[in-house]
Amino acid sequence: MAARLYIPSDTTAAAMGADELHAAVARALRDGGQPVELVRNGSRGAFWLEPLVELERNGVRLAFGPVAVPDVPSLLEAVSGDPASHPLCLGEVSQIPWLAGQRRLTFGRAGTGDPLCLEHYQAERGFAALLSALQQAPAAIVAAVRDAGLRGRGGAAFPTGIKWQTVLDAPAGQKYVVCNADEGDSGTFADRLLMEADPFQLIEGMVIAGLAVGATQGYIYLRSEYPRARDVMRTAIAKAGAAGFLGADICGSGKAFHLHLCLGAGAYICGEETSLLESLEGRRPLVRAKPPLPALAGLLGRPTVVNNVLTFAAVTSILSEGAGAYAEQGSGRSRGTLTVQLAGNVRRGGLVELPFGRTLRELVFEFGGGSYSGRPVRAIQVGGPLGAYLPESQWDVPLDYESLAAAGAMLGHGGVVVFDDSVDMSRQARYAFEFCAEESCGKCTPCRVGAVRGAELVDRLRAGEQVVENTLLLRDLCATMEEGSLCAMGGLTPAPVRSALEHFAEDFPSGAGG
Amino acid sequence: MVSTEVVTIDEVIAAHAPDRGRKPGELLATLHAVQSELGCLPRDVLDRVAAHCNLSRAEVHGVMSFYPDFRTSPGGRHVIQICRAEACQAMGAAALERYVRALLQVDYGETTADGSISLQPVYCLGNCACAPSVRIGDRVHGRVDAARLERLVANVRQGEGE
Repeated sequence: MAARLYIPSDTTAAAMGADELHAAVARALRDGGQPVELVRNGSRGAFWLEPLVELERNGVRLAFGPVAVPDVPSLLEAVSGDPASHPLCLGEVSQIPWLAGQRRLTFGRAGTGDPLCLEHYQAERGFAALLSALQQAPAAIVAAVRDAGLRGRGGAAFPTGIKWQTVLDAPAGQKYVVCNADEGDSGTFADRLLMEADPFQLIEGMVIAGLAVGATQGYIYLRSEYPRARDVMRTAIAKAGAAGFLGADICGSGKAFHLHLCLGAGAYICGEETSLLESLEGRRPLVRAKPPLPALAGLLGRPTVVNNVLTFAAVTSILSEGAGAYAEQGSGRSRGTLTVQLAGNVRRGGLVELPFGRTLRELVFEFGGGSYSGRPVRAIQVGGPLGAYLPESQWDVPLDYESLAAAGAMLGHGGVVVFDDSVDMSRQARYAFEFCAEESCGKCTPCRVGAVRGAELVDRLRAGEQVVENTLLLRDLCATMEEGSLCAMGGLTPAPVRSALEHFAEDFPSGAGG
Repeated sequence: MVSTEVVTIDEVIAAHAPDRGRKPGELLATLHAVQSELGCLPRDVLDRVAAHCNLSRAEVHGVMSFYPDFRTSPGGRHVIQICRAEACQAMGAAALERYVRALLQVDYGETTADGSISLQPVYCLGNCACAPSVRIGDRVHGRVDAARLERLVANVRQGEGE
C-alpha cells in the first residue's frame, strides 16, 4: 500500500498553519513525484500538537507535530526513508499518551479521515445507529436514550430521554428537531471540532431524534463565528441527502427527515434555546418566558426537540453500542463520557473525552501539563463565561454535574479555562458583568440593568470607594440577578463574580471579599 | 459574493426568502446574503426585505439591529476581529487589544482612515486551546502576539496593493 499523509483542515490546525503546510507539502510532492496520497482529515483535538501530520503506511499511523513549513523537506525525506527517526515523530498516533489516556466515544472517529468522506464514515460504524433506529418503534428509541442516562451536553444537563418523551407524547402534527450549534462559551470548541471532523455523526443523531419523536424537519443553528464548520456542515448535509440518509425516504424506509443549516449573526444569547427559536423564526431574539417548554411549544409553536451538538452525537453511540454500555460509564447521575475542553493558559490544550468523575486537577495537570506560561496556575474557570472560577482548594472536585453543583460551580458545556498567577480576579469579575451587558437580550430588567450596574459597582470597589457598602450592594445585586432573571444569562452571571469575591478576596480591597 | 451575471437585490431577497420569511431561518439568511452582496444593509434595502416578507420596517430593523454581524453603513474592505473572551484573556488578549488599536489608530467599530480595515471585538472563535485568537475574513489565527499581528495587518494591506 502506498503511503498516505494526513494534514488536518480544522480551524485550530489552520490557525496554527495547517493550510500553508498542506500547500507546501502538495507542491513538494508534485515536484518530487513522490507516490504519496495527501488527505485533509479532521483534527483529533490534540490542539497543542497542531499542525499534527500523520503518515499511514502498512496499517500503521505515525504522528508528527507540530509541523511547520520549513520542516517539509526533512519530513518528506523521512517518509521515503525512516520516518520514526524524524525529530518531530511522536510515534504511533494512538499511542500518544495524551490520546491513549482518553476514552473516545463521541470523538472516536474525529481526525481518522476525510470528514466529508461518506465511505470512511460508514467504514467506521457510521450510520449503524440510524439503521438500528429504523428497525425500532419511536418509543423504543426514546427508551434507549432514557435508559442510557444521557443528559443534555449543552450546559443545562436536562435528561434527554424525558425531553424526547415529552415531544413524542405531544399531539400529532408538525414537530421539529433543532440543534443548538451556537457554541458561544469561551473555552469551548467541542461542537466545532465535531462538526468539522465528523459532521455525519451530528446528522445521524438528528435523524434518529426525528424518528424518535415523529419530526420530519430539522434545523442546525450554527454561529457565524465558525466559517469552516459552516462549509463542512453544508457539504455534509448535501452529501447525506444525495446518499439517501436525509430527505423524503430515508434509506428506503419511507420515513422523512429534512435538515437545514441556519447561520446566526454574532449574538451569544442565541445559544439560549428560546432566544435561538425566536432567531430562527426571524424575530428579534428576546428570550421567552418558560413555560411553555419548547418540547411542547417550540419552533413556530410546535413541539420541538432542542439539543446540543454533542447530545445528538451521543445518541449515535447509545444506539450503536447499546444503552447499557453507555450507562456503564460515568459517576453518580452523570452517565457516559464528558468532553472537557482544555483552554486558555494551558500547555497541552485540546479536547479530552473521559468518563465523568475525574478531577479538575487531573485534567489540567496530567492532560493539560499545567500553565502554558510556566507560571503557577491560580484560577480555573469551568463552564464558560457564566461558570465559577475555582481556586486550588476546589481542584479535587470530581467533574460531574452534581459534584460541581455542590461546590457552587457548574460543568456547563465542559469548557475549562486556565489562568496563571498574573490574573487579576477583580478584573475578571468586572468582565463577567461587561460580557452580560454586551450580550443581554434586554428583555428582563435584572439582566439588562443589573449587568451595567454590576460593572459600575466593581469599578467602585476596585477604586476602593465605600468598600463595605458597595460590597453589600454588589451581593444584593447578584441575588437579584440570580433570582429575578428570565434565563441563565442574567441568572448565572453572578457565579463568576461571587467566586472571584469569595475565593480570590486578595484581589479586591480589604473588606470586599471572603 | 462573486457572480457571473448581475443580480438585483430583489432577486437576492427572493432567492433567500422563497417562503417570504415564514420558513425558519429565511430572514437571517436573507440579511446575510444582502450584506455579503452590498457590504452593508442600507435602510432602503431593509424596506424591500420588509415588503417581501410582509413585515413592518420596525420588525426588520428590530431583528437587524440586534446582531453584531449586521451593519447599516459599509465597513472597511477587510474586517479584523480580536477575541476578547476569557480563554484569550488568559493568554494576554488585553495587551493585544491595546496594541492593535494603537497600530490601526482606530477603536472597536471603527474603520481605518484609508477605508481598508474595520476593527471589531468578538467573543470566542472556538480556537481557545491556541489563544489569543484573531479572525481576518474567514480565517482564524492562533497564538497571535504583537509581532504576528503586525505581519497579518501588513499582509492584508499588501494584498490590496497587488
